[in-house]
Formats: sequence, structure tokens, C-alpha cells
Amino acid sequence: MNPIVKVLLFMFTCVLTNNYIFSRFLGCCPFLGVSNKVETAFGMGLAVTFVMALASLFTYFVYYYVLIPLNLAYLNTIAFILVIASLVQVVEMFLKKSAPSLYNALGIYLPLITTNCAVLGVTILNITEGYDLLYSVLNGTFGALGFLVAIVLMAGVRERLESAKVSAPLKGFPISLVIAGLMSIAFLGFSNMFAGVM
Amino acid sequence: MEHKQTLKSVFFNGLITENPTFRLVLGTCPTMAVTTNATNGIGMGAAATFVLVGSNIVISMLRNFIPDKIRIPAFIIVICTFVTMVQMFMNAFLPALYQSLGIFLPLIVVNCIILARAEAFASKNTVMHSAMDGIGMGIGFTIALTLIGGIREALGNGTLFGTPVFGASYQSMLLLILPAGGFIVFGLLLAVYNAVSTKIEQRKEAKSE
Repeated sequence: MNPIVKVLLFMFTCVLTNNYIFSRFLGCCPFLGVSNKVETAFGMGLAVTFVMALASLFTYFVYYYVLIPLNLAYLNTIAFILVIASLVQVVEMFLKKSAPSLYNALGIYLPLITTNCAVLGVTILNITEGYDLLYSVLNGTFGALGFLVAIVLMAGVRERLESAKVSAPLKGFPISLVIAGLMSIAFLGFSNMFAGVM
Repeated sequence: MEHKQTLKSVFFNGLITENPTFRLVLGTCPTMAVTTNATNGIGMGAAATFVLVGSNIVISMLRNFIPDKIRIPAFIIVICTFVTMVQMFMNAFLPALYQSLGIFLPLIVVNCIILARAEAFASKNTVMHSAMDGIGMGIGFTIALTLIGGIREALGNGTLFGTPVFGASYQSMLLLILPAGGFIVFGLLLAVYNAVSTKIEQRKEAKSE
């Protein structure tokens, strides 16, 4: 198959069929926590995309060129979380210096990304699925794009929800979770879309 | 800062009043991801409880030695060590559970409950209190996961812990096993918890008046 077509297919499966939020439950905390406004949700999504793509790249090298030769593969969780934490720190310092406007837009969401399980999740998935360098980075980027789509959609719904009448016990988290469930059903519609072409 | 709470109140605080899943709504990813059946719920809960108790004890012992500025990375390293221990233990002795928990076992590292308890409780309290807090919170988390897993397994698959409960004629609701079911069951349970706890508070207020 044409490699470009393959990459495109991979993108659609990551964003739609295997959406990190709706079918893998990775990154639910920021998904529920920072989805009050479309703007902030978009900022969070962008920051996550940035970090996830970079984390996939770096952990690939750390795993295959440091941990495997040293026979330390069982330390991957510790090594990856350290890579991610320092990466977030570096990205933060870099953006502060070179792109202050973007830095201000992302604001407090950058440090929060360290504990976003989608980031650690994608680096571990890259290893367990045995992706090569290109596909690891693509998996990180497209997976994060799926996260971006999900969190922006959710923020759109929740903005409208503010003016709706919701019964007291359902207010806040419960109704958001039920809505996420309904959105997840909608995303189920994509589930066999690419089964024929893959 | 030393708390004057008794060990018992610390335990029940984690178990009910500040239940990590239903009250604090922390650690939502494993809550919904692994609870397709009750067994997974217990397994995940037990693993998280072990990590929580272990990391709470160690962090509380080290609380006067860890410099304030680097406390978060230090906490993460401690938590990570315990997670790796659980991972190796499960891989060796409970391979089936290890398989079905999959990626969510290493992801206990970034489970917000554990870091939150380290930051909010263990770094300020004695070893005994921190251990008790870990046990209470851990059991609270386990109960929540088992409850969600039980409901999803019973309605979605017609079984509980693998044994059929509704008989052969039961038409299972496949939706509840799917990811969407996780969101919906958790959301509705949260609503029930909110409703019940507001009722109890109202009753307490009525009594005190």
C-alpha cells in the first residue's frame, strides 16, 4: 500500500476509531477538569499534542538505545515519567523565552501535562505495540489530535450546558460523564469504518 | 503540622466522607477503563491500595528530608518504585490479571489519587496516620471500582465474578461493557452518591436545629 495512504489511515484510526478518551480512557482527568471553555480546552489540547509528539520521540531513543542495551527494560515506567517530566519543564522554559504569547495562552496547563496519563500511556503503548520511530511519533501526534478533538467537542457541549436546567445531584461531574458516554456511543459509529481498507 | 485526628477517623475519612472516586473524583481513567468486570475492579483496587499505602509510608518517613522545591519529582520516584514492584509481582503470580489490566497497571504512577494523597496528607502527617490514610483511601477506591465493575459485568454480561447471575434467558446489555457504559454507569453512580450525601447532610442539619 502507498505509504502516504497508510499514514492517512493510521491518522483516522487514531483520531476517530481508537480515540484516546472515548475508547481507551486515557487522559480523562484533564478531559473532565479543563473542558469548561472551548478556548482553554483548545489550549490544553495543543499543549498535549506538542508534549505527546516529543515524548514519543524521546522515549523511543531512551528505550531502544539506553534501556535495552543496559538490560534495564523493566525500569521503563520510571525512565519514561522522568523523560516526560523533564520534557515538560524544558518545553515550558523554551516557550517562555521564544514564544511568550503561546506560553501565556497555555499557562498553567503545561505543568499539568506531566500527570496526564495519555502522555505516559502513549509512550508505553508505543513499546508494547512495537511501533518503529516514525509510527511512534505519528501515534503520539495523532493520538493527541484525537484528544484535542474530544476535549474541544466536550467543551462546546459544556458551554451550552451552563444555561440548561440540570437536576441537583446530576450537576457538575455526573452530567458531564453521561454526556461523555453519549459522545462515546457516537464515536462507536466509526469503529468498523476502516476495517475493510486496512 | 500534626493532626489530632484519631486513626479511626482518618480511615473512615478515606473510605466514605472523602471517597477518592465519588467525592474527590480523582483517578477517573482506571475507574472507567478497567471496570468491565468486578474481578478487574478488585485487582486494580488492590494494586492501587498497595502503592498508596507504601508510598504514603515512605513519603511520610522522608517528609522532613525532601526539599520543598523538588518534592513532586521525589514523590513520583517513590510512587514509581512501588508501581514497578506491583507490576513485577502481578506478572509473576497473577499473569491473567496482569494481561487484563494491561497498560493501566504502569499508569498507576500518574493516578492522581496517589500523588494527591502524598502531597495533601503524607507530606504533613505521621507515619501511622499516613499508612491509615492510604488504607482508607485504597479500600474506598477498591469498593468504588468493584461496585462499578460489578454493575457493568452483571448488566452487560449477565455474570458476577465470572458466575452467571440472571440465568440463561437474560439478554445482556452489551453497551455497558463498551467504553460508553463506563462513562454512563460512573456518572449515574456519582449522581446517586451526591443525592444520598445531600440527604444525609440535610437530615444532620434538621437534627442539630
